[in-house]
Amino acid sequence: MPAKLSARLCSLLLALLLVAFALPAFAGPFEDAVAKFANDEFSDTEEAIGVIASSGNPLAFSIISALQDGRLMADPDSKKVYVTGTDGKSVDAATGQPVASVPDSASAVRLNNRLRRSVDAALGSLTLQSPDLATRLQAAQSVFKSHEETALDAVESALAKETNRSVKSALGEARAAILLYKSDATEVQKLEAVATIKARGDQEALALLTGIGGDQPASVTKAAASAIGSIQSSLAVWSTVQNAWYGLSLGSVLLLAAIGLAITFGVMGVINMAHGEMVMIGAYTTFVVQEVIRTRYPGLFDYSLLIAVPLAFLVAGAIGVLIERSIIRFLYGRPLETLLATWGLSLVLQQAVRTVFGPTNREVGNPSWMSGAFELGQITITYNRLWILVFTLAVFAILLAMLRYTALGLEMRAVTQNRRMAASMGIATSRVDALTFGLGSGIAGIAGVALSQIDNVSPNLGQSYIIDSFMVVVFGGVGNLWGTLVGAFTLGIANKFLEPVAGAVLGKIAILVLIILFIQKRPRGLFALKGRAVEA
Amino acid sequence: MLTKSTHDIAASFSRRGVLAATAGLMLGLASFTGAKAADDTIKVGVLHSLSGTMAISETTLKDTILFLIDEQNKKGGVLGKKLEAVVVDPASNWPLFAEKARELITKDKVSVVFGCWTSVSRKSVLPVFKELNNILFYPVQYEGEESERNVFYTGAAPNQQAIPAVDYLMKEEKVKRWVLAGTDYVYPRTTNKILEAYLKSKGVAQEDIMINYTPFGHSDWQTIVADIKKFGSAGKKTAVVSTINGDANVPFYKELGNQGIKAKDIPVVAFSVGEEELAGIDTKPLVGHLAAWNYFESIKNPANEKFIKDWQTYTKNPKRVTNDPMEAHVIGFNMWVKAVEKVKSTDPDKVIDALPGIEAPNLTGGVSKMLPNHHITKPVFIGEIKGNGQFDVVWKTPSLVPGDAWSKELDGSKDLIGDWVEKKCGNFNVKTNKCLGSGS
Repeated sequence: MPAKLSARLCSLLLALLLVAFALPAFAGPFEDAVAKFANDEFSDTEEAIGVIASSGNPLAFSIISALQDGRLMADPDSKKVYVTGTDGKSVDAATGQPVASVPDSASAVRLNNRLRRSVDAALGSLTLQSPDLATRLQAAQSVFKSHEETALDAVESALAKETNRSVKSALGEARAAILLYKSDATEVQKLEAVATIKARGDQEALALLTGIGGDQPASVTKAAASAIGSIQSSLAVWSTVQNAWYGLSLGSVLLLAAIGLAITFGVMGVINMAHGEMVMIGAYTTFVVQEVIRTRYPGLFDYSLLIAVPLAFLVAGAIGVLIERSIIRFLYGRPLETLLATWGLSLVLQQAVRTVFGPTNREVGNPSWMSGAFELGQITITYNRLWILVFTLAVFAILLAMLRYTALGLEMRAVTQNRRMAASMGIATSRVDALTFGLGSGIAGIAGVALSQIDNVSPNLGQSYIIDSFMVVVFGGVGNLWGTLVGAFTLGIANKFLEPVAGAVLGKIAILVLIILFIQKRPRGLFALKGRAVEA
Repeated sequence: MLTKSTHDIAASFSRRGVLAATAGLMLGLASFTGAKAADDTIKVGVLHSLSGTMAISETTLKDTILFLIDEQNKKGGVLGKKLEAVVVDPASNWPLFAEKARELITKDKVSVVFGCWTSVSRKSVLPVFKELNNILFYPVQYEGEESERNVFYTGAAPNQQAIPAVDYLMKEEKVKRWVLAGTDYVYPRTTNKILEAYLKSKGVAQEDIMINYTPFGHSDWQTIVADIKKFGSAGKKTAVVSTINGDANVPFYKELGNQGIKAKDIPVVAFSVGEEELAGIDTKPLVGHLAAWNYFESIKNPANEKFIKDWQTYTKNPKRVTNDPMEAHVIGFNMWVKAVEKVKSTDPDKVIDALPGIEAPNLTGGVSKMLPNHHITKPVFIGEIKGNGQFDVVWKTPSLVPGDAWSKELDGSKDLIGDWVEKKCGNFNVKTNKCLGSGS
């Protein structure tokens, strides 16, 4: 009995000891890994990501996604790690228990590009079975990109359960990518993988196939080579489509910049070197509008451009009228003096803007509907370029309609075609001159709103468009809006087809040389204006 | 670093007259303020463009020198005299740089000049500084291949910026394929030549290097970004080394962001993009892209924190950023002050001889030293762009890197050194033991 008792005591003691040891040992590999985030070493963070992702712990997803968004806070002093939720509440990362507040000494765990890739891969395999369709699709894509062997099981089990077709095919591609790079996959599996990836047919597929290396069975290497060939030839066709799209897009920017000049120079015959500055003023108007919205009405940010368009038109237009009344009207019929005066004016305007807004670039944000891109076949179309194209065509159509159907348009055409006759018909020609110049400047201002989305908003903004604008107007035929349209798109497309062959610098030179030759042959441009105005 | 934009050339026929007139006006203003100065001051020339295309970068440097002079005067000036700035505006016009330099030295009798940004402006003023024997402190990273007696280069030479950046990408990001993209002028072309030679020496094949040049102020990056994407889809890790300069950067990064090229897929490391340039962009799509510099505003250090605070108080703008060329001016200015105090004279000959060996603390916690080749030792940092327009340092050199005037990677210059202490020569060939002289 005493022996038994002592044995019992012993076992009790042992049990107690075990419990005592088990408490700290409760901090298993998962908790250890979480604590590693506090070391602020990239290699430790990377290790931690790997362990947490494969731990199967229900907290893993929230930790890794917090890491991705910079919401994972680590305190280097206490080695505690916290997850701050999107709602601002925080939990202890290792236990999931809510905490009152994150200490001030904690800072977000830092990432570099290598870690961002591991985070993507980890999140990919964690979210393959997420209830949300878009998340699943994205997860499949990121597994495809990282194609790590460890994700194979997760992909296969997700594949078995998946019902949505597009996610299923993305998962299939992800599985193929993993198998292709898995050293112990069978030849049959690899050949299937090559076929699946070939069917995907985009640049990422190409990258994957090109990167497989030489240690593959001969049949796989051969299949991959033929797949590469077929993808490349289909991509070559797409790249022509892409060039054409880029050409249209560049053409729309040229047209937008030139359309105001087509009025002041084309219709009125004023060599307006300050045209670019009107564009710049439009861009700065957008900046001011956005500043006001940012500080006062942040909710309206997506509408900032819509608000800026009429304002830019009014501001630039008013400055245009002012310039016409105070300078240009005294210089009609003296092109050289007009050129010098407007050039001087452009410097004055630049320096004025520099004094008011400072010499550095100003940030004009892209509203959400102008950011990002979508895929059309194998080409990427960015929203900002698409909207600018649409916007340009709309401005062009409105301008054309205005010249054709409004009284002011009629008067403008009358004055440009025959000033003296128009005057004797009772048209106040000097008023029409001022309004026409104002209209051209206002449209340049509108162009500035659009260009602020793709270029710098700096005092030099206008300078970079003035030469291009003159080029387009002269090439298209002075005095003809349709000529400006055709000229802009011709130059844009020609430029974009030359650029991949000759490079950006030579491409631009080639275009200039071509225009010089063209002007030699047809001095009046593509669509020469006929009639009395030409001789006047 | 910038040269004249192609647009400007086309337009300059009418521009020169107006420019000269404007510049003349500004000069009038500048010399008017200079005229009332007393004789018991030491004059410091500031030769930075305050108008034209380069104003965007150079205006800040002018303010930096004014700020440094102000600080120094609060401490009692130099040699018991107050410092006085003479500011001129060379208006981003390269020949005007030479004229203005001559005017600073002969008319205003400055003891030292801080100035220039683009390599072409530096080359334009070189003969003036040699002829009139004065001192120029040049604060911008440049292509190297130069060591002049009258010039002190406080910006990075290629081995203090470009080479460490490429090393980082090779080691840390395992990059195998390289796009060298630059603006079409001397700095990117020389830097890319050096980098190409360096990459090849590391076993990178010719077909894994793509070199691309674009004109100044290039704004339509669609084709080039698509090309980079295509080049990057060859199954090897690809990175872009960007020597794209000035205004062209903003549309470039916007296009990268819009076409969805993330730093984790194809990182871009830039040598000319700093805090100032990022101030004009929404940096959230750019997080993770890199820049290599010798200074970042975000570096935590008491000296740096004090500098930023003083600078923001001086400019009365709590959001004003600091950048690498500014730090170069801080180092250069302090070195000049120390050298002047050491020889108790502002005589250029004495100061030039005293400068090599002078040490001055930089803003990142180290002490930079002026070397016999007139370049300085600097730490190299690789920073990642953060969402707030600042950089997060992800890597730095273990110690300060001495600047090489002549690149060791190029055949033409690998045997050359600059040594103004013992050899009294800017291009001394160590193989033949001969000074090539000023002819080259």
